[in-house]
Amino acid sequence: MKHADEIRHERARQLTRRWFLRDCTLGLGAIALNSLLQRDAGAAINPLAPRQPHHPAKAKRVIYLFHAGAPSHLELFDYKPELAKRSGQLPPAELLKNYKAAFIKPNSALLGPKFKFGKRGACGMDLSDVIPHIGGIADEMCLIRTMQTDAVNHAPAQILMNTGNQNFGRPSFGAWTLYGLGSESEDLPGYVVLTSAKGTSGGASNYGSGFLPNMYGGVPFRSTGDPVLYLSNPKGFDEETQRASLDTLNQLNTAAYKQNGDADIAARIQSYEMAYRLQNSAPELIDLSTEPQHVLDLYGIKDVKQPGYARNCLLARRMIERGVRFVQLFHEAWDQHSGLTKGVEKNSKDTDQASAALVKDLKQRGLLDDTLIVWGGEFGRTPMVQGGNDGRDHHNRCFSFWLAGGGVKRGHVHGETDELGFNVATDPVHVNDLNATLLYLLGFDHKKLTYRVQGLDMRLTGIAGNVVKGVLDNHRNDQPARDGPPEK
Amino acid sequence: MKSFLIFSVLTSHFVALVRAESSVDFNRDIQPLLAEHCFHCHGKDDGSRKAKLRLDERESALKGGESDGPAIVPGQPDKSALMTRILSHDTDEVMPPPKEKKPVTPADAEKLRQWIKDGAAYAGHWAFSPPVKPGLSESATTKHPVDAFIQARLKREGLSMSPAAAPETLCRRLHLDLIGLPPSPAALDAFFKEVASNGLDAAATALADALMKDRRFGEKWARHWLDVARYADSNGFEKDLPREQWAWRDWVINAFNADMPYDRFITEQIAGDLLPNRTQQQLIATGFLRNGMINEEGAIVPEQWRMEAMFDRMDAVGSGVLGLSLRCAQCHTHKFDPIAQTEYYGVFAFLNNTYESQSWVYSDEQQKTIAKLHADIAAVEARLKKEHPEWQEKLAAWEAAELERLNRTKWSVVEAEDTHSSTELNHPAVLPDWSILTLGHRTVFGDVHLFAQPKVEAVTGIRLEILKHDDLPFGGPGRSYKGTWALSELTVEARKPGGDKWEKLKLVHASSDFEEPTAGMEPEWENKTRDKENRRLRGPAAFLADGDENTAWRADRGAGCRNTEAVAVAQFEQPLTLPPGTKLKIGLLTNHGGDDNGPKNTQVGRFRVALTQSPDPKVNHTAYAAVLAMQIAPDKRTPQQTQAIFDTWRVTVPELKSFNDEIEKLWKGFPEAMTSVLHLAERSREDSRETHRLDRGVWDQGKEQVLPHVPAALHPLAKDAPRSRLALAGWLTDKRSPLTARVAVNRLWQAVFGVGIVETAEDFGTRAPEPSHRELLDWLAVDFMEHGWSQKHVLRTLVTSAAYRQSSRVTPQLQERDPKNRLLARGPRFRAEAEVVRDIVLSVSGLLSDKFGGPSVFPPMPESVIEFNYFKPTYWKPAEDTTRYSRALYVFRKRSMPDPTMSAFDAPTGDAACTRRPRSNSPLAALTAMNEPIFIEASQSLAQRVLREGGQDDAARADYAFRLCTSRLPSNEERSAVLKLISSRRERLQRGEIKAGDIAFSSLAKASDIPPDATPNEIAAWAIAARVLLNLDETVSKN
Repeated sequence: MKHADEIRHERARQLTRRWFLRDCTLGLGAIALNSLLQRDAGAAINPLAPRQPHHPAKAKRVIYLFHAGAPSHLELFDYKPELAKRSGQLPPAELLKNYKAAFIKPNSALLGPKFKFGKRGACGMDLSDVIPHIGGIADEMCLIRTMQTDAVNHAPAQILMNTGNQNFGRPSFGAWTLYGLGSESEDLPGYVVLTSAKGTSGGASNYGSGFLPNMYGGVPFRSTGDPVLYLSNPKGFDEETQRASLDTLNQLNTAAYKQNGDADIAARIQSYEMAYRLQNSAPELIDLSTEPQHVLDLYGIKDVKQPGYARNCLLARRMIERGVRFVQLFHEAWDQHSGLTKGVEKNSKDTDQASAALVKDLKQRGLLDDTLIVWGGEFGRTPMVQGGNDGRDHHNRCFSFWLAGGGVKRGHVHGETDELGFNVATDPVHVNDLNATLLYLLGFDHKKLTYRVQGLDMRLTGIAGNVVKGVLDNHRNDQPARDGPPEK
Repeated sequence: MKSFLIFSVLTSHFVALVRAESSVDFNRDIQPLLAEHCFHCHGKDDGSRKAKLRLDERESALKGGESDGPAIVPGQPDKSALMTRILSHDTDEVMPPPKEKKPVTPADAEKLRQWIKDGAAYAGHWAFSPPVKPGLSESATTKHPVDAFIQARLKREGLSMSPAAAPETLCRRLHLDLIGLPPSPAALDAFFKEVASNGLDAAATALADALMKDRRFGEKWARHWLDVARYADSNGFEKDLPREQWAWRDWVINAFNADMPYDRFITEQIAGDLLPNRTQQQLIATGFLRNGMINEEGAIVPEQWRMEAMFDRMDAVGSGVLGLSLRCAQCHTHKFDPIAQTEYYGVFAFLNNTYESQSWVYSDEQQKTIAKLHADIAAVEARLKKEHPEWQEKLAAWEAAELERLNRTKWSVVEAEDTHSSTELNHPAVLPDWSILTLGHRTVFGDVHLFAQPKVEAVTGIRLEILKHDDLPFGGPGRSYKGTWALSELTVEARKPGGDKWEKLKLVHASSDFEEPTAGMEPEWENKTRDKENRRLRGPAAFLADGDENTAWRADRGAGCRNTEAVAVAQFEQPLTLPPGTKLKIGLLTNHGGDDNGPKNTQVGRFRVALTQSPDPKVNHTAYAAVLAMQIAPDKRTPQQTQAIFDTWRVTVPELKSFNDEIEKLWKGFPEAMTSVLHLAERSREDSRETHRLDRGVWDQGKEQVLPHVPAALHPLAKDAPRSRLALAGWLTDKRSPLTARVAVNRLWQAVFGVGIVETAEDFGTRAPEPSHRELLDWLAVDFMEHGWSQKHVLRTLVTSAAYRQSSRVTPQLQERDPKNRLLARGPRFRAEAEVVRDIVLSVSGLLSDKFGGPSVFPPMPESVIEFNYFKPTYWKPAEDTTRYSRALYVFRKRSMPDPTMSAFDAPTGDAACTRRPRSNSPLAALTAMNEPIFIEASQSLAQRVLREGGQDDAARADYAFRLCTSRLPSNEERSAVLKLISSRRERLQRGEIKAGDIAFSSLAKASDIPPDATPNEIAAWAIAARVLLNLDETVSKN
């Protein structure tokens, strides 16, 4: 609510300033008007102008690596020797009370982990052999083994993880972040979405703006064709023709603005100039040919034009360097009801090196401290087998997520699951708790970052959520929280 | 630091109305404060109330809670605990508690103090009392009611209206508002003539009347309701499969064009199926409640997602019709508005006793054909009966013999202990009659099986009844897009007690009541994987038990007859002797589906299995529908049941062959339906569904039963009304309703003036912002009802007002004073809705198709968008004929792949009801309007149109083009800007720096469309200029 007030006040200020601007520029040419508008725009006009959060925070931006389809915690992050030992046996009956898997009969045999695990890093984190590169950044990771969610089907669970609610129509975490913090990029959208593998179950609502104004929604950068839809001018238009067209357009729109006085016309003039800038900045952004070979090697990129997760990770770094607030990668590939071993191997091959490279790359550029990396999917997979002996069903009682950078502990494991990786043993972290924590790291009290819809002050965490103190790096988060609205 | 800008005029923000009044008004000043700061703990909800203190009722507030004395002492703020608490500096004392982070500002505290000092009068929330038509002020200088209220308010604010807009501006405004398209030059000229002879007011009124008679009126106004109704052409969620629901969209278009009274408009959409002698159109209307999403993900529990769909329906009715956020009360009693949780489920109960149905929709012509067919058949039957007067005795004798024969075989229904599917995609439900119903994921390949312990020994045969159910498409019994099925194999396995192996039992001698001749599956069922060797067959029941998955029993009786029951019986090769405790696993395998991940599945929707010990069990060709009918006493049979018996009997009588042939031939003329519609249908009495209050709103946490009832704070249900959906519809559209008419007129106002009189069009509750003109809203609401709930009447009232006709020109002072133009000291001006933007561009370029009604159209879509789908929409074939340029209303809306053009201009996705759209100006919208293929094609077409129609010289052509886009002529400065662009392009084209061939034509251009004497260079130069003109703010805005 306070935040909405803030935007409202800002808008009021902005209108005054714009009128000042108009009066001063009447009679000047369109170009002068535009340059003045541009100069003034970022601070005054824009609902996306950068804003301070509730409390000082380390994390200023987010790269969210969403591994859709539900990666198996048992093959990747949560080492269960007991499960290996009891592979083929039925799970204990008391475990299955009130338990409903999505597909299988609960009373299916246990299935041991398909990969060996080993201690990684100085912290000695148990991680799977199938993700050696992630193993290499263990000392940077804060691994949460006790994630829990309410949903057990893909679409609702992805929507829940991304928007805090199983129902469609709510803003995504990225949209809330942009609403809260604004954007720092002059030429690029504040929230960019990158995709690899197949389409997600949750579709566009995974990164939508829900009931927030749609400017807060994620803008997909496409890996084929135009990186941003309709970025290219029509066939046959060269740069000069586009510029001449826009100059004419601006001149005519400015005439209308002078004639009518509607502030909306000035806004439209600016939106065309921004579009023009995006036409230049987006191709520059996605052109990886300027990256040195050792960086490409770090990410495992052999062909800079080849779409995929690795390329997206490097693009994510380039985006946050250019001021993008929130980059979200979607890699939908982890639904291993069968073909578990090969599937996990393939996905790891596709994503392990680049995920780790992103952390290393940010670190060496000094960006890791104030960038929050999030890695995870919509739920985990059953300790019980599905099908023959090489598949697992959906499991929402526990699964793993990892964070790195922006104010989280390093080389740390939060929470423990039981000996079969079936239930949480200590320190459960519900989706709402995770989201409350991520917002906290960005400087927000999740109960205060609200938007009024139908008389209700809606928030990302619904009516729940507790900040998980155990993942916060206290050395990096010792500033006291401050009450009151976000400040300019 | 500057940032990526998206400038915006957000309708939800920036209320800055200046108030002239100083006295404190409970509704306006106090109620929102109490709601904001107090009601969370001291409101209506017993569950969350603290310290037993209630502040939403005066009596309770005067009494106080358990901690302090009276919360309010009227006249004495200093003695009121409410004030002491608010003003306290003690963190343990102060209210609201600091952790709530909702401190009361000093200004608000002062309002509360003044209110208590004035006597602390409570008033009911204005929107919960029925509107009363206020009298118009005597001193008003205008006779127009809208203007009287607007002027009164402006006067209080020290403002006044602006002069009338220029005729061309007004003409365009009326066109955009009423038909969603700009005026043609001819229409503009005609309007000028009319103005010259009759004056602006009369001309504008006549134009408004004419436009409201134009059928394009319905297309424009349907779109507003489609937002509310969360209309889309796909099911949403992961699968997001396409659906056909455009018949409902057509219904809305036609309802607007016919000016269907709003009370009937709502009634038919809530309960059209329950109206006496309901028509097909009224059934289609009920599609409103089914426009929400359908989850078909693998392994879902269908009932969970039916409940989610119910919540969505409640939300659509709440925000769209009632203007109340019912959704809060789903989980707990509403904190702010007077709706208890039980009352939420009371309304829910009206809607809950329903099937999720789908029905065929026939075109008018088809309906005529069908009516004639039925009449012809009836005539043949009458002749049959006349020529064979003994038919009744014969039929009775046949029926008795048939029953006797049927009774010789005793069937013991298999009572499933559990069900499953090997793919694990389905969770079939066991119904009380032991039939098995499969809903949810539409599985193209796989089985559904049940587990049971049979109660009989020495089993000789098995019977499979294929049964209808109204949750299936067209009643089923299959789950295909036609409600048909094809059963590849029926399997029975046994597991002896103590054993761990399933032993397959061989079935032989399968017989059925109906079967199609053996043939290959038709091309529509083609499946690239399964049909590699092109072997899949359908045919007799023997295919059920032949051990070959590539053969299926199918019994499609053809259009008009196919959605009916069927039965098959098979014998065990060896009679079974089953030791007690033996488990059976009985499976139905389907392997005959097509390629589209769902609609072309061939699953059986509902079936029941029975076993017999009788010798040589089999069925004859007596239609199973008739067999079922015969079990019912003759006087209890429906006409359909009686007919089913008659139909199957006459076929058995050799001497009736000529009649039978004639009837069969007539049935062959039954048309395949034009389309279908998803709708709700009332459950039968014996199959009724109870509603329970859901603990915390969780779908499977039912508590006490709740009977249908309405919130006590609103008007009562009509006396003696049956507790049906129809009664709910009657209640919603009752003239005593405080909300329905207000909400409806407010939405019309919003569409015309940009912001509603109540800004939150979906919420008229206690937290809604104060209306800009409450009396005007009430006047309009009552006037609406007095004029037969005519929406056209209201629109006519709005657009004939001086407030509407004003110039939109704004001064800096006024812009600052009233940025959102709530006071209307100037005319409405804003960018048109997404659909109208696209339609304007198509219209002025001359491309716009005159398609009216019918199926949705696929626009061109970048491959990167198509690729990024969970299921790639292989059906997405962009139209290349004129329907490519249909109005945006007809653009296919796929929920998980929002149309990028529509989204860029703020169209909603259809995920939930949307009563008002934001309006943004984003760079993505700019890119779309500059570069999206349809927009480019429009600029090329506009260039050709200008060269064809725009006169002989550049200046005339520039004027013509400018006027097409903006409805006005350019100024000299504007004209020369266009001409400068043209001449500079011409030079570069001539120099070959840019290529006319690339710019002038799209791949769809036809030589015949090109103006005969235009050179490619000329078309290219004008196409570049046309692109600029189509992107003008003025082109895409209502000015």
